Amino acid sequence: MDFSEVLNAWPEARVRELFSHAESHDVQRALKRDDLSPQDLAILLSPHATSSLEEMARVSNRLTRRHFGRTISLYAPIYLSNVCTSDCLYCGFAIRSGMAGERRTLTESEIRAECKALRAHGFQSVLLLTGDAPRVAPLEYLARALVIAREYFVSVAIEVYALGSEDYRELVDLGLEGVTLYMETYHRETYSKIHLKGRKKDFDYRLGAIERAGSAGVRRLSIGALLGLHDWRMDGFWTAMHAKYLQKKCWQSAVSVSFPRLLHTPDRYPVESLPSDRELVQLILATRLFLPEVGFNLSTRERADFRDRLLQLGVTHVSAGSSTRPGGYTSHGDKALPQFEIEDRRSPAEVVEAIRRAGYDPVWKDFDHSFHRAQSMDDDRVAAIR
Amino acid sequence: MKNDPLVIAGRTFGSRLMVGTGKFPSAEALRDALVASKAEIVTVALRRADFSMPDTDSVLSVLDPSKHLILPNTSGARTAAEAVRLAKMARAAGLEPWVKLELTPEPKYLLPDPIETLAAAEMLVKEGFVVLPYIQADPLLAKRLEEIGTATVMPLGAPIGSNRGLKTREMIRIIIEQSTVPVVVDAGLGAPSHAAEAMEMGADAILVNTALADAGDHASMAKAFAMAAEAGRLAYLAGLGPVRESAEASSPLTGFLSGV
Repeated sequence: MDFSEVLNAWPEARVRELFSHAESHDVQRALKRDDLSPQDLAILLSPHATSSLEEMARVSNRLTRRHFGRTISLYAPIYLSNVCTSDCLYCGFAIRSGMAGERRTLTESEIRAECKALRAHGFQSVLLLTGDAPRVAPLEYLARALVIAREYFVSVAIEVYALGSEDYRELVDLGLEGVTLYMETYHRETYSKIHLKGRKKDFDYRLGAIERAGSAGVRRLSIGALLGLHDWRMDGFWTAMHAKYLQKKCWQSAVSVSFPRLLHTPDRYPVESLPSDRELVQLILATRLFLPEVGFNLSTRERADFRDRLLQLGVTHVSAGSSTRPGGYTSHGDKALPQFEIEDRRSPAEVVEAIRRAGYDPVWKDFDHSFHRAQSMDDDRVAAIR
Repeated sequence: MKNDPLVIAGRTFGSRLMVGTGKFPSAEALRDALVASKAEIVTVALRRADFSMPDTDSVLSVLDPSKHLILPNTSGARTAAEAVRLAKMARAAGLEPWVKLELTPEPKYLLPDPIETLAAAEMLVKEGFVVLPYIQADPLLAKRLEEIGTATVMPLGAPIGSNRGLKTREMIRIIIEQSTVPVVVDAGLGAPSHAAEAMEMGADAILVNTALADAGDHASMAKAFAMAAEAGRLAYLAGLGPVRESAEASSPLTGFLSGV
């Protein structure tokens, strides 16, 4: 059993029918349930639920607090490389995006400089990113970057091209905590139209990657769809179903979901179906009611004031003071091509202040070096006991 | 009122309410709750604790070693090896060698893995730790851990954060009956009445976290739990005995003999 079977069981037509048949009493019923079904999820994502946002927000706030407390975790992205051999229509890194800026891949000393700069702000958790360029940033490069980052940070995750099981296992042995991998869109037809070349064209390989990561022992699995590529309700539904599936399949991993909106794209790809602020809120609330224990990430793509509001609505992990340029935290990245424009330009200290004002405790550290597998006497002794 | 201290590993405590420090919205909120709870044993998640910054860490900065025994917990550990490493790290950071074993590989319900818990407990007891293991309310597991030498057993009332009370009460009852070490009911206590019930059953202590962290008024909720724990204990000592499951029969079989 893999997720493609679940995806095939919920084709667009089936989900649309649930959207269109929902009525307001269905929404009320879904709000009262503890354990929501996929049908309930569809009802809460449907246009009929738009008038129930305040009630959904109250439930979402309560559910989030129960599992996460009133805490918000902080992390920072480190772009290792913006070189890319794929040509995804919507992305600034695409080989033919036409966007201005240098292509760079950080050297080891440049990676260290980025790490030092972020550590000085207080970060203990980072996300290492590259473009889709396995030859320029191969597994050995990722492994090296991971080992360096672990000298500075307790928690290191990666958001790179889809990898194989052995690759993930190797990185887990080196201390990788998390993998972020967005499906971009779960709609096959749309996916094939916007991914023009490179390894990324393979929908099924990408779809199975996050499961491979979980099976290899990656503890945090973060998924999402790029909102705007396809109907946000559809991709929202499929993303939530993917999260639910991963909770069962990779039961020792913590699953989280991101809600990246395609607010800025290269000129050649105008976005047709971008969710509005209200629609994004509905998506977050519906997903929270369906998945009470899943972490929700919100990046600096979104405006500061909007992000602050979303802290009360189910978001649990935020980045702060981000740059999407390789070398962006030091002067190395001044001319580099960014992946997308940052809307929330506040410093980490300002974001921390905003979190406190909202009545939440900012959490920098939620992991420990002790968690990492290591060959040691203790492991052998423990094995002997069992 | 008789002197009725809680004794764990030869050490005495006046309070039978332990407090978990996770999920609070601020250091001030945690401080208010701790003061009102009068708790003397306070748990700290090692995954969160930043020993390199004890003055700014929102939990460590609030704790006072002269008032609180800091009981580090290994929440999030998936294997015995991880839990053992965490415990040793805490000891190296200067904490007393007490550890609450929390082997919770499954992040949704945070239920404890019995096999890894047993292995970790054996290892850590041998290394001289005072071990307090968090477990499912499994009476056999409790006896196995006691045999290994843990200082207490800590059966859950309901999953962490669920606030559902003593869902496992029948098993907890058996554990209390059979245990020769203190029994601390931990997890799922959502209301002071749950705390009172656990103490009335004969539990030696209780641990509460989410119910306090999630309260609107942290100090008042902590005080309510403290009062409930004392009330339940007092009732237990006053002779509120265990409810017998089977009624004591008169003599239906041999009653005929008394007239003979």
